[in-house]
Amino acid sequence: MIKHLLTASAVALTVAACGNASDPKLNQTGVNPDLPKPNETLAPAMKISPPAGWNGETPTAPRGFTVTAFATDLKIPRQMLVLPNGDVLIAEGRGGGAPPLRPKDVIAGSIKKQGNTRIDGGNRITLLRDANNDGVPELRTVLVENLNAPYGLAYVDGYLYVAEQDALVRFAFQPGQTGIATPAERVTDLPSRLNHHWTKAMTASADGARLYVGIGSNSNIGERGMAVEEERAVVWEIDRATGARRTIATGIRNPTALAIEPGTGLLWSVVNERDELGPQLVPDYLTQVRDGAFYGWPYSYWGQNIDPRVMPQKPDLVAKAIKPDYALGSHVAALGLDFARDGGFGGAFANGAFIGMHGSWNRQDPSGYKVVWVPFSNGRPAGQPIDFVTGFLKDGDARGRPVGVAFDPAKRVLLVADDLSNTVWRIAPAA
Amino acid sequence: MDIRGLAGATARPLHGILLAFPIALFTFALFTDIAYLKTAEIQWSNFSAWLITGALVFGGVAGVFSIVDLVLGLRRGGSRRVIIHVAALALAWVLGLVNAFKHSQDAWSSVGGFGLTLSILCTLLVLVAGWTAFSAREIAR
Repeated sequence: MIKHLLTASAVALTVAACGNASDPKLNQTGVNPDLPKPNETLAPAMKISPPAGWNGETPTAPRGFTVTAFATDLKIPRQMLVLPNGDVLIAEGRGGGAPPLRPKDVIAGSIKKQGNTRIDGGNRITLLRDANNDGVPELRTVLVENLNAPYGLAYVDGYLYVAEQDALVRFAFQPGQTGIATPAERVTDLPSRLNHHWTKAMTASADGARLYVGIGSNSNIGERGMAVEEERAVVWEIDRATGARRTIATGIRNPTALAIEPGTGLLWSVVNERDELGPQLVPDYLTQVRDGAFYGWPYSYWGQNIDPRVMPQKPDLVAKAIKPDYALGSHVAALGLDFARDGGFGGAFANGAFIGMHGSWNRQDPSGYKVVWVPFSNGRPAGQPIDFVTGFLKDGDARGRPVGVAFDPAKRVLLVADDLSNTVWRIAPAA
Repeated sequence: MDIRGLAGATARPLHGILLAFPIALFTFALFTDIAYLKTAEIQWSNFSAWLITGALVFGGVAGVFSIVDLVLGLRRGGSRRVIIHVAALALAWVLGLVNAFKHSQDAWSSVGGFGLTLSILCTLLVLVAGWTAFSAREIAR
């Protein structure tokens, strides 16, 4: 009898761990994604795509484009910035390190680690210069070292702004400079207790007067207690002159990249949504960050869909939750966002956004692991996303995982940071 | 004292000590589950998760002793109490494993009605396992 019980529970756990398979008929991208019912399982689905090398191959771009490695052997490249003079800055590092609270944190943490690079983060900013645009940088140098997990970058009016995992700092800097000797000046502290989601995304407003910083939640859905979620899952607006800050959006679980839509000057973000509600919940999204908006986290998702795991619930807040603008797919882990500017690549890729997707762990059928193009029209998404750079997954193994994307309108190239192979890929129209 | 006697003299108190852990830990996990359901204070659920994990680790080792006891006892004619003890402990362990996974879900889902039910069953079963273990031992003397 005992043996039967053991067998039965082993089978039950296996079934529970796999969860329901994805339904390919559901459309999980665009303005109105199909949302299945929540499907919690006893053990979350964990599918790690094991790392594998590129072996001289490169990611795949649409016909008419070439892909080359712009820089290799980086130390965990995340977000990038193209300076007015064409130099490229790359923030490298790894932050976080929230202590495990439950046995689950220990086990899940060690499993997820299998899908990431083993090297230590650089905690630095690397500068690359390819003035003749031949795809081979003439200059590669470390611009600043000894940073604390730098992520968001912005350049405004003689200052380089760096969003570290615990503070927004700035350096006096002129494009063309290849080193920084002056010490960092602290603009404002950023929430850093625990730092479950540690990345601090950043961009400057169209006029450069304000900086926007994305601050991710300290948990999946509040399971570390709501006390540690103060000023988390928010976007801050920081006055560049005074350092004063204002919270402009809340309930926005993990805003991992911010960018200004060039036609309208409005702020947009890609946001990573919650896990462990099934393979097709909840879609990560691209949204305009509206002043004063509440995006639901943790109480609800995609508008008024209640998350049953959050107690006590807050019906009054849920009633105010607004739907994001555009779904990108569940668990794709969108980490990069940049808009095409000045005509982009032309043709189908003239007006829209590039989005880097780091790739999933919480579903048996991997999603993400690519860079997509979301066409825009009149400052709004128009149509389904199109795969732009693919090939990061091959035979179930991950050769790379896209993070930040940066479009350089002057050179007409797209750069894609890959934090698994520690490479920056350059996608350019074929000559 | 021969080698078997020495082994028995070590194994018996060790078995008792090991068995005390799941009895206390499953029972306290029931208390912390109730505390979580009453307060929604997440730390109670975190306590439960660790208590259940501890109960599984020590209960598993105690179970090995119990099974050895059972096998040796069966050879000597066996005792129904030992069989009940092993069955209760094994069932408590299996349900405790399911409960550990249940407690790995996030926030309110980490306990819920299902987790509370499992905690009650684990507590009752491990109490039965403890009762039969110690009363069987008295009889054996």
